[in-house]
Amino acid sequence: MTTEELATLTTNKIIDARGTACPGPLLAAKKAIGEINSGEIMEIYSSDEGTKNDIPRWCQKMSHDFLGIVEEPSYSRMFLRKA
Amino acid sequence: MDLLLNEQLENLKKRFDNLEKGTKDQISMVIFSGDLDKLLAAMIIATGAAAYDMKVKLFFTFWAIAALRDPKKNGKGKNLIQSMLGFMHPKGSKKTKLSKMHMCGMGTTMMKGIMKKNNVASLEELIKVGGEMGVEIAICEMSMNLMGFKKEEMIDYPHMTICGVATFLSDASESKVQLFI
Repeated sequence: MTTEELATLTTNKIIDARGTACPGPLLAAKKAIGEINSGEIMEIYSSDEGTKNDIPRWCQKMSHDFLGIVEEPSYSRMFLRKA
Repeated sequence: MDLLLNEQLENLKKRFDNLEKGTKDQISMVIFSGDLDKLLAAMIIATGAAAYDMKVKLFFTFWAIAALRDPKKNGKGKNLIQSMLGFMHPKGSKKTKLSKMHMCGMGTTMMKGIMKKNNVASLEELIKVGGEMGVEIAICEMSMNLMGFKKEEMIDYPHMTICGVATFLSDASESKVQLFI
């Protein structure tokens, strides 16, 4: 998905993991994914540089659909669709 | 000819079944070191693996066991040597030290301060999260006795067992990832 498409996407759940370091965002994502249904979209905020590599890999392993990243000035927004 | 083929097929089936049974999506770790930094690394890997939906089995042995002691609990029925040993070992994860630059406690305190500033989870938090995520802890009975600890003085952890080397070996042989820390 392009950045514009992602920015207009309606998400079912947003987790704000800004400020936490590895493995905080990953653990927050794992916890929150249980609270949404299959096909729903989750958004993760993270200011941790490494999370941008971690979340797509985690999605691949868990067969969730990683949709993309939108960069904000001090953090990143990551989008995924639950398998 | 058919008979031979059948036999070979059966053979292959058996081998395939063994392979399937062989490795699970599981990680086994021996946690040997009682150093704060190494314990942190181990618990970060453990909770990360749990987030990956892997089964996580931690085998605590020797110095690492001290980190599982509950500072509020006391083991009963210790002899003089066991009591002395208990006094010398760190009582709980909060008392563990860095493997380098401890500097009589200054280094460790400083590191904990930096961790807090960077929002890195503390060892205590990681153990708690691990418990919530189903990370299993097994304590080696032999080394627990050597260190002078009793089962009763360990923290309240939801998935804790006391075991021997066979438990680790059978878990490790079924695991995709094995680590010694």
